[in-house]
Amino acid sequence: MLKRLTFLGLSAALAANTLMADRISGAGATFPAPVYYDWAYAYHKATGNEVNYQSIGSGGGIKQVSMRIVDFGASDKPLKPKKLDRKRLYQFPAVIGSIVVVYNLPGIKDMQLKLENKDVADIYLGKIKYWDDKAIAEDNPGLKLPHKKIVVVHRSDGSGTTFNFSYYLAHVNDDWANNVGIGKALDWPVGIGGKGNEGVSNLVKQTPYSIGYVEYAYKLKNNFKAATLQTKSGKWVTPTLENFKAAAKYASWGPKNHFYQVLALQPGDNSYPIVAGTFILLPREKTERNKKVTAFFDWAFKNGDAAAKKLGYIPLPASTKEKIRKYWKMHGIAPDQ
Amino acid sequence: MSTALDKLFALVARLSSFIILVILIAVFAILFKEALPAIQAFGIKFITNTRWAPNMDIFGGLPAIYGSVMSTLIAMLLATPVAMGVAIFLTEIAPKFLKGPVGTAIEMLAAIPSIIYGMWGLFFFAPIIRDYVGGNGLGLLTAGIVLAIMVLPFMAAITRDAMNTTPDVLKESAYALGATKFDVIKDVVFPYAKAGILGSIILALGRAVGETMAVTFVMGNAHKIPKHIYDPATSIPVTLANEFTEADSDLYYASLFYLALILFVMSFVFIAAAKFYFFRKIRSAK
Repeated sequence: MLKRLTFLGLSAALAANTLMADRISGAGATFPAPVYYDWAYAYHKATGNEVNYQSIGSGGGIKQVSMRIVDFGASDKPLKPKKLDRKRLYQFPAVIGSIVVVYNLPGIKDMQLKLENKDVADIYLGKIKYWDDKAIAEDNPGLKLPHKKIVVVHRSDGSGTTFNFSYYLAHVNDDWANNVGIGKALDWPVGIGGKGNEGVSNLVKQTPYSIGYVEYAYKLKNNFKAATLQTKSGKWVTPTLENFKAAAKYASWGPKNHFYQVLALQPGDNSYPIVAGTFILLPREKTERNKKVTAFFDWAFKNGDAAAKKLGYIPLPASTKEKIRKYWKMHGIAPDQ
Repeated sequence: MSTALDKLFALVARLSSFIILVILIAVFAILFKEALPAIQAFGIKFITNTRWAPNMDIFGGLPAIYGSVMSTLIAMLLATPVAMGVAIFLTEIAPKFLKGPVGTAIEMLAAIPSIIYGMWGLFFFAPIIRDYVGGNGLGLLTAGIVLAIMVLPFMAAITRDAMNTTPDVLKESAYALGATKFDVIKDVVFPYAKAGILGSIILALGRAVGETMAVTFVMGNAHKIPKHIYDPATSIPVTLANEFTEADSDLYYASLFYLALILFVMSFVFIAAAKFYFFRKIRSAK
């Protein structure tokens, strides 16, 4: 009896709490975490509703939302429609980010170093060992490249960033595709591992002659130098917001397959090759809770573009936002007006 | 009344020790249960397979096992002699006014959280290894040295306490027989404190083998068996800390539990072997 009473009291307290303000919880990808924090903060100020996001990694996010521990999960790796059906999840993109190849080469400036897409893979395969290797030198006739070993830095934890980066490597280099493949955690042929974007940043920062890959926001934060890469057709393309946006334009996301599409290597003359959508996962049966989550993202799509840009992310194109709203309506989880 | 209380006390005490046993068995059982899919998939070969490719569902534990054993070995080889030296200095050689401050300093070193050793290793020590030994500074050797520095104060403090228990009468009689300081340390203090010294080594070993944070910072986190001693490697706790949150395939998850199970058994065997072998020898020698 006593137990029952305390239970009733507890649920009453919880109910009272939710009546006052909505509180939703999410967990997952670290890649978009800075922008989700920013949105959640602004959303709380504007509406009084709370969003609690834990940046624990895409895999953790998928696991927690599959077990229905959180209201929404976040993943940098889109789940295939079949898997979504099996786990009873909805999926839509929230924002676009990009991955840059950063280097610690004294005397060489930001975007000065040009790397062919297939050479990036060869460096990560350990086939190109020195900075003055012919393959790199012939693309950079004006640069004085040192005869130093390249210190390759990769992620030590499983990561959506790694998934998108390896997707890009596998599509520009057959050796990579056949021997290493695509995934969130890989059997890295060479290099040292750092945990998270922060870990890779630290290693690159303090190891001369190193190369690494990080989310663009971390490049800005650490003042890294990032390499000029190639578009899908082989044209040189610098890592700038402009060129990320040019690539994002080609996103052909649609509600039919729950927005499943990897964004790397889009066509176009100015499309930077490694841009990546990051996705939100919702449990299908929780219609009412989902409406609160979509209310947050609806608000963010309307008011959050400036914040996203400032942090180095690319807001979704207007057409994609419309498609997402249609998708919500289709499944009856559009926010209550 | 008092006998009833005594009985109650005995019961509680018995229960407490029983709980320890239950926890030990429960931990083992859970590790085994969660690791079962990987055990079925890879069998005992998991221990000798060197490839760790999560995206292809290929898992081999040897690099992590090798890294754990080697980094611990390097740490123990470096730390044990120095710790013995420190303890001998503190108990037998140091003048009284030094004993207090140095002893306290060592105890304080032992209390520093391991993550601080890790950061110090990454930002200060790794560049030294890179410039003077080779490689890129992060690897097996750096991990071993940082571990050695980490367990050293701990080992020295316990060894000192063990040596301090040598009765002065014994030492004085040895001196009276004409023994030198070295003789006394070798033939009186050491044999007397042997059990305590071995205990300190085993505790330090346990700490080194399970250390995670400090090692994650400096080991390089690469699932490879290093060619050179300064090359990047990984260890079991480091692998678990790095990869657990993102392990989304069932076999990946189970393989990590398999590694945990191996670590559990490994430290269990270490300690059991030390206990049964060395301590029996000591007892029979007495």
